[in-house]
Parts: sequence; C-alpha cells; structure tokens
Amino acid sequence: MADTRTIAVTINGKPHTATIETRMTLVDFLRHELKLTGTHVGCEHGVCGACTVLVNGISARACLMLAVQCDSQQVTTVESLATDGKLNVLQQAFQDNHGLQCGFCTPGMLMTLTEFLRDKPDPTVAEVREALSGNLCRCTGYQGIVDAALDAAKKLREGAR
Amino acid sequence: MKSGAEKLTGFGASVKRKEDPAFLRGEGQFIDDIHLPEMLHAAFVRSPYAHAKVGAIDKTAALALPGVHAVITYADLPEEIRRQTMPLLVPHPAIKQALLPYALAKDETCYAGEPVVCVIADSRYIAEDATQLVEVDYEPLPAVNDCRAVIEDGAPLAHAGAESNIAARFPVKVGDADRAFTGAAHVFREKIYQHRGGPFFMECRGAIAQYDAQSQGYTLHVSSQGSHRLKRCMLDMFELGDHQMRVIAPDVGGGFGPKGSFYPEYINVAVAARLLRRPVKWIEDRRENFLTTHQERDQYWDMEIAVDADAKIIGVRGQLIHETGAYVPWGIVLPWITATTVPGPYVVPHFKLDVISVFTNKIQTTPVRGAGRPEAVTTMERLMDRVARELKLDRAEVRRRNFVQPEQMPYKVGIIFRDGRPVTYDSGDYPASQAAALKTADYDGFAKRQAAARKQGRYLGIGLANAVEATGLGPYESATVRVATSGRIVIYTGATPQGQSHKTTLAQIASDQLGVDFNDITVVTADTATTALGIGSFAARTAVNAGSSVHVAAMEVAAKAKKIAAGMMECVEDDLELADGYVRLKSAPDVKKSLREIAVKSIGMPGFSMAGGLPPGLEHTAHFTPDQAVYSSGTHVAEVEVDIETGEVNIVRYTVAHDCGRVINPMVVEGQVIGGVAHGVGNALYEQLAFDENAQPLSTNFGEYLLPMATDVPHVDLVHLETPSPLNPLGIKGAGEGGTISAIGAILGAVEHALEPFGVHIAEAPISPQRIVALLGEHARGRTK
Repeated sequence: MADTRTIAVTINGKPHTATIETRMTLVDFLRHELKLTGTHVGCEHGVCGACTVLVNGISARACLMLAVQCDSQQVTTVESLATDGKLNVLQQAFQDNHGLQCGFCTPGMLMTLTEFLRDKPDPTVAEVREALSGNLCRCTGYQGIVDAALDAAKKLREGAR
Repeated sequence: MKSGAEKLTGFGASVKRKEDPAFLRGEGQFIDDIHLPEMLHAAFVRSPYAHAKVGAIDKTAALALPGVHAVITYADLPEEIRRQTMPLLVPHPAIKQALLPYALAKDETCYAGEPVVCVIADSRYIAEDATQLVEVDYEPLPAVNDCRAVIEDGAPLAHAGAESNIAARFPVKVGDADRAFTGAAHVFREKIYQHRGGPFFMECRGAIAQYDAQSQGYTLHVSSQGSHRLKRCMLDMFELGDHQMRVIAPDVGGGFGPKGSFYPEYINVAVAARLLRRPVKWIEDRRENFLTTHQERDQYWDMEIAVDADAKIIGVRGQLIHETGAYVPWGIVLPWITATTVPGPYVVPHFKLDVISVFTNKIQTTPVRGAGRPEAVTTMERLMDRVARELKLDRAEVRRRNFVQPEQMPYKVGIIFRDGRPVTYDSGDYPASQAAALKTADYDGFAKRQAAARKQGRYLGIGLANAVEATGLGPYESATVRVATSGRIVIYTGATPQGQSHKTTLAQIASDQLGVDFNDITVVTADTATTALGIGSFAARTAVNAGSSVHVAAMEVAAKAKKIAAGMMECVEDDLELADGYVRLKSAPDVKKSLREIAVKSIGMPGFSMAGGLPPGLEHTAHFTPDQAVYSSGTHVAEVEVDIETGEVNIVRYTVAHDCGRVINPMVVEGQVIGGVAHGVGNALYEQLAFDENAQPLSTNFGEYLLPMATDVPHVDLVHLETPSPLNPLGIKGAGEGGTISAIGAILGAVEHALEPFGVHIAEAPISPQRIVALLGEHARGRTK
C-alpha cells in the first residue's frame, strides 16, 4: 500500500485530523476526503486557478500542493466566505455584476480576489485584470468579474461587510 | 394581467440569477462533487499512437494490483456493445464513409488518446497506477495529419481498409457562379487557413453510472449538454427499454458544443457498473481533455469573389477542405453550417462551394461555440476587405453597398440549411447594425487616432465584421409547467444549461403568465425521469425552443387555472386575472382563489367525477416546434495596436452591435455576447492545437495552448438592436454564439489594417506574434536593427 501519514490541519477555522496517502493532493483531500467540494479542479497543472485556496492567508493552487504539506497549517476555502448562508460583499458583487455563468471557475476567482482586495483595497481596472490573470474563465469574458471586483472594493472601502 | 411588482422580474428584466447563490457559496453540484456509497473509479489506457494496430493485451499485472476491481478490454465488453460502433447522430446522404469508433478499440486506434482499456479501482489514484501496468502490443501505422495532404493520391489512409480519406463531399449552390464570373469587372482569389482549437470548458467531462439489478437498468449522471439525446444513444448501445436508462446532467461547468457529443467513456462506466454492481465514476483530467474531447480544428478555404465596377458582389465560389478528424459522429453538420453561413448579410446572387470533409488521425471535430460559422464569416469578411483594398474603397462602404436590406425580409438566400429548410432570414436590419456599431466605435474618428499614434511609432488598425447566424434550431424543446397541490410551481425541461442561465430566464417567461415572482418558480433541467422528451442546449436554441415551450405551457396553465377558478367562484373566466399567486376578480381583487386551492381542485377527489371535463392536474406540457431557424445578426468592430517588433496584438477598443430579437434578460444576453467575444479573441490570436507530422498532439496543457486571460480580453461596448422574430410567440432569437462568430474576422481585419504600411496580408487564424513578425519580415523593427 502507498505511504500514509497523519496530518492535523485547520480548515475554515475547524481542526481536522486525517490519515492519508502522502501523494494525495490538497484539492483531492478537501474534495473527496472532507467533501468540501466548493474548491474545483480545472487543470491539475496549476494554470487555470479553479482550485485556488488560501494557505495561511496566501493564495495557493490546491492541485499543486500535497495535503501533507498542510500539516499544522490554516487552509481557507470558498465555503468560508458566506455567513449562515448570507453572501459576503465580494460574493454579492459577483451576483450583482453577473460575474459568473457556469460557476465552475468562480470559487477560485473568489479566493484570488479575497486575498487581492485585502492587500489592495483600492485597485485600478488594470490591477484587477492583472490579479485575475492567473484564473481562467471561459464563459464571461472576465468583464463581469472585473466589475464585481471593483464594486466589492468600493463597498468594502465604504465599510460594508 | 400583471401587477407592477411582477413586471420587475418577468420578460425583459435584468433580474439577478437564481443560479448564483449556490455557486458562490461553493454549493453547486458538478459531476465530480457527487459521492455515492461504494463508488469505484475508472481510468483509461489510451493509444499513444495516432494510428496503430492493436494486438495482444496483457492485464495480469494490472489485475494483481491491490484495489483494482476490473480491467476491461474490447473482448470483455457485452455482446451488444461489441457488435456496434457508436451512433451517427445526424445521418446524411453526402456522407460517403460513416466511420465511427467502438466503445473500446477493437483492433485499430485512429487518434492518439483513443481508449483501449478501461481500469476500475478503489480510487482514481490506483486506477491510474494500474493503467501503467497494462501491456498493449501496438503496431504503429502511417498517420495522416494535414487535411490537404490526405486527399492527394498515395496518401496513407487514416483508417486501414477505408476506400479513401474522404468522409463526405457535397456542393452548395445558388444561381450559376461559373457563368456569372465570366465577364465580371473584378475577380479576386483568397486562400485562407483557419483553425479553431477546442472548447476548453473549465470543468472537464465526467460521468457516474449506477446499475440496478432488479430493473436491469442504469442511472447515468453526466456532465453534458443534453440528457435526452445521451439517453437515446445509451438505449441504442445497450438495447434497453425506455424505463431502463435515466440520464441526469447535474450542474455543468461549461459545454460550448463538445459536451453535447456522445463519448465512449460513458458506455464503459455503465458496463463496469453492471459488471461490478457498484457505482463507477470517471472524471476526465485536463490531459485527456486535450486528447479526447472533440475539437473544431482545421479548414482550408480557396475562394474567389467577383464584383462589378461598383464593388457589388456578383458571385462567390471556391472549395472548402474541412477536417473531420478520426470519425464522423455528427456527420456533416459542421461543414454544412459553415458552407451555408458564407453569404451572411450580403446579397450574393451566385454562390458555389465544393465542400470536402476529410479524415485525419486526430480526435474528431464537432461544433464548438459558433459551430463553423466563425470560419465562414471570417472568410467572407476577408473577401470584403480584399475588395475594398483593391478598389480603394472604405471597408464599411463596400459592405454597405452589398447588404440585404430590411425591406427584403423575409430574405431567401437560395440554399438549404442543416435544419432541412431553405436559408430564409426571418428579420433583421443589417445596415442599421453596422451603422450602430461604427458610431459607438467612433469609426469616423479612427483616422485621427491612427495618425496620432503613427507619430509616436505605434501602429493602430481597425477592422469590422458582420454576421447573420441561424439560431433556435429545432426540432423542439420540452417544457412542463406544473402547479403542485402545495401551490409551488415547477418547470421541467429537457434544456440542459451549462452557464446560460436557463433557470432564471425560463422562470422569468413563466412568471409573466402565472402572475408570480420568478423566484417562486423552480426550474428542473436535464433529468430524463422528469420529462419524457428533450433535445438539450446547443446551437443557441434554448431561449427560442424551451422559452417558447415554457411560454405556451404557462399560458395553458393560466387558462386552466382561470377555468377551474371560474367554476369555484361561479363567475366567467374573462372576469379573472392571475396575480400574486391567486386567480382573482379583476373588479374585486379580494375575491380570489389561491393557485394551491385550484391545484388541489384540479387533481380531483377519489371516487368523484372531474368538474367541467377538464384533464386533471394544474399542468401543461408543450413542445414548441419551430418552422425553421431564426436569424440573429450583428457587427463587431475591433481596434488594435500591433507592436511591430514583437508582433504582439493589443485590442484597445471593441464594439459589438447585436440583434437577438426580443431580450428576456438583458444582463444575461450581455454576458453571453461578451463571453463569446473572449472566445473569438482566443480563436483570432491565441488558441492553436499543434500536432507533429505523425499527428501526435503537441499541445496538451494550458502552458502549450493559450486560453485568453483577463489581461488579453478587451472591455466590450455593446449596442442592443431589436428586430423581433415573427416565427415564435416571444419574438426571440438565440444569443449564445453571436459574440464569437464575428470576432475573428474583425480582429484579423484590424491587424491587417494596422500593418497596411508594410503590405502585410493576413489569411490565417489564429495569427500569433511569431507569425506577425514573420509576415513583417524585414519590416519587423527588431530584425532590421
């Protein structure tokens, strides 16, 4: 049998302990072991960004990380964004600005922008597009996503939560 | 009919989508999000050669790996699956050789990636490990790659034993082109190469099969664009009764055409589920997606246009060589759509096209967003630009002189479309479309912008392209509108969304008739157990077909509700209206019956006769069957800057004028059009599937194949025009593909225009920076330094 290891990882603030194969990727661990299926797999080679999560607050490709690398780390996924089902400012901005169609790339977009807007609260259009350039979307042409990011940035600056 | 509040969410309102909250919370349910108890996982051994004989297969080592449950080869398939190849979805007499694959390779593989062995294991990890342990004896055969070379004498055959590499050949004709060309004032010839890459939806394909031993039937969850057509394919393959196959499409992460095809993996997971009596899941990885999901690659056009001294078109003629790839699952649908789209918005009195669809040893080509139309439009628009250049006329003026005029509607082009009907444009105002786009793009001010840029050593160009698009193709789409005895309203439809917002727009249409908020209506899509007939979502057909069916069904339900309520309230139907979930007296709104009460009444009581002889149930099923396609239209204007040192193209301004008839939800239509433009940008500048001379794929990941990124796609300025279609009750036309269709032609025209000082002529798509530098030759500044 393949090599296994026991890890303790905090996901969306909740501690998890699991014994898993060392070769298991973080995204497979989230999706198929913990059934946190909001994080998506689009390419498994780190280009499309659909699997983007935050590890200790920094965006990471969950398809390029092994789950064992997250031992003792904090992982944040799309499931953490809404509170009691209520969309947060960024999520609501996506709905308001038609920032999603099929919805598959959306969790990665949200996590990328969660980090970006935290670090850059007043971005220009060009900066938003640059920040999104590591996340592929085939449906929207990005325009609605860019509008959503700018809308959310504005509302967050105005103190919305 | 409606109170003010309801108008806000019905037809024409930019309501926020019902689909969004679940997706935004990470609570969508895509195929790989489904976990069933006892589920096993499939992986495939695929041909490493583009063309090979398949010999002995040794599965001993794979079977010995712990966690492996089955290793399935062609010989292990059930007899009914071994006996037949996969179905030809659209037969046509022009198909000379209807070659199609088996569920697993029998004795020959005809493209790299063709499935040969299916391995089932406890996990995808183990299944993939085991594929490495299966030993297959291959004898490589000569492979054919270039679809021009394959029709030359002595070319190797893509299929051993085939009569030739020609899959189909057919003429498309209007008038007498050859006669018309003699004596024309000007004849110009263009040879154009076009490559359209693949769909590259973000969610790869996938399927889960469950077998029920008692009914000897299956449930198949599949990431697809049409559950009902897939069910039919599965019934044919497995020779089952209607009750033995249920197909459900969960949330689908993009489709763009090729998710509407039928693939061998779906058969194999069902075979394995029956064999092992456990659910079996297969999820395509991105490498498999590059190798085995259908694409829309190569077309070579050799065309001539004849015009008179005033640049009016006399005729267009030529040859189209279309690559079908290894097999012909959709017959000639793709080249046929291409051929019939060429004349577009222009009067082309004489037209002749010799279409040859050829086999190569590459994954088959089937419709991708636009479905052959982008290539046709690009070809025609290249010809129009050529005429303008040769006759020293403005490019917009040449087009103006040739438009079909609005007073000519309905306009018969003179050719037969794939729906079997003559191409007849139902409505549209093409001159107005171009005028609106040019105005918004400030076409008249471009010369000034260009001159100013030139002074700084920057090269700007502007290009335009017009298109007419057949949308809303039949035969029908199903819709059942049902009011449950709880008063809750549901719509069941065979439409199968992949991002197009059907659950929102179809609810909007029904809400108008039923007098409720669109949020009070649930839309259930793509489950063959809830609706008997269905076709699926492709060809920009759902708004027209499913939309019209929902409209008709909702109207019938509303009429029936009034009839029943009239009986209950002892009044006449004409005095009643539907609003806020009630049927009420127009003159005294407080006198009312709720839809719930009416629904309860409608199903009758055990042992009692039905009131009024009405058929039971507050529900209606409609299948709107359009007489023919309805024709959307539009104009794209692209303004680009080309870096003559690096060949980089930057789209600085982009305008679309778009007419899809009456608009159900403007926000959704804008999203469809703008997203379509991004796809066209990829086709014009980035997306190329490379193969070596042995037809080995060279681009199998997103590093080697470039999808447009947020930094590549321009902001799109959109102008809506609205000429309602007279051919359906809501006056709507399709909107899903128009964004893509004209983009390539507009961008190529703009690049060529930017490079006009260097005499560069663009006759290919995509046009990469490397190619631009090559075409610039010594003009590329970096080279001359």
